[in-house]
Amino acid sequence: MSNALSALGGAKFDGLVKVADAGLQGMITLRGNLADATLQQAVKAATGQAVPDQRAIVLQGDTGVAWMSPDELLLFVPYAQAHACVASLRTALAGTHHIVENVSDARAFITLSGADGLVREVLAKVVPVDMDPQQMPAGQMRRTKLAQVAAAIWMQGTGEARVVCFRSVGTYAFDVLCTVAAPGSAVGFFAS
Amino acid sequence: MLTLHCPYCGVHADETELASGGEAHLKRFGPGASDEDFEGYLFMRENPKGVHFERWRHAYGCGKWFLAARCTNTLEVFGTYPAQSTEPPQHVRDAISAKRPGWTWREFS
Repeated sequence: MSNALSALGGAKFDGLVKVADAGLQGMITLRGNLADATLQQAVKAATGQAVPDQRAIVLQGDTGVAWMSPDELLLFVPYAQAHACVASLRTALAGTHHIVENVSDARAFITLSGADGLVREVLAKVVPVDMDPQQMPAGQMRRTKLAQVAAAIWMQGTGEARVVCFRSVGTYAFDVLCTVAAPGSAVGFFAS
Repeated sequence: MLTLHCPYCGVHADETELASGGEAHLKRFGPGASDEDFEGYLFMRENPKGVHFERWRHAYGCGKWFLAARCTNTLEVFGTYPAQSTEPPQHVRDAISAKRPGWTWREFS
């Protein structure tokens, strides 16, 4: 097997918050009727999670599931298992209207960690989203525009955020986040 | 700055997340329609100062098309609703009537 490399090659930046490549993560796009019992069972079998509510994300370690749109989910599985997982999903969903594709290598995955207020502030500088803890609690994912590119962002927990974007713009997204996390650029808008 | 509520993913999306899709509720006639009907479908557009209906796509979000009723004069948004609607739903019409009594737009009022 070829030597898989993450989009950012383990890049790290230490500023207001730590910005880091989150490494290889298996990601599978699943489109179909989310109310369908067969699909719900397949998601449960693949990730151990039920189909999430609108905008919800459940990610424990490297396994989980996120709501992308009314007919689309993003499944998180360990990187090495993504191909096998796609194959078993296709078998499970045979005969129902669906699309399953392994998109692990089409994504860049970034972690922001530090003081909760600063993590929210760094994201708030580049996304048109209210990052207030009431509006963006942990467990809720928001697909939006990060500076000039499409991205999905969520708070993984207190003081930790994750960003997923296309691999081709991964370096751009990382550089933008490093820029807005430059030391001395704190605004202090959110309480830490 | 225009902020529209996406009826599919439930977020209040900023204009920069959205892509404009022109006028809503265009009717395509055919097959065998007259040249006038086809011309109307292709080219004839409302250009109101006031109540207007538009198509928008949540391009950077869930990717879905939806329809919005808003005022071109004040940027006030009266409501958004799914793209599968063939006419503005009653709650949107009521919201417009409350603010702009006597409004009309194409065949709707």
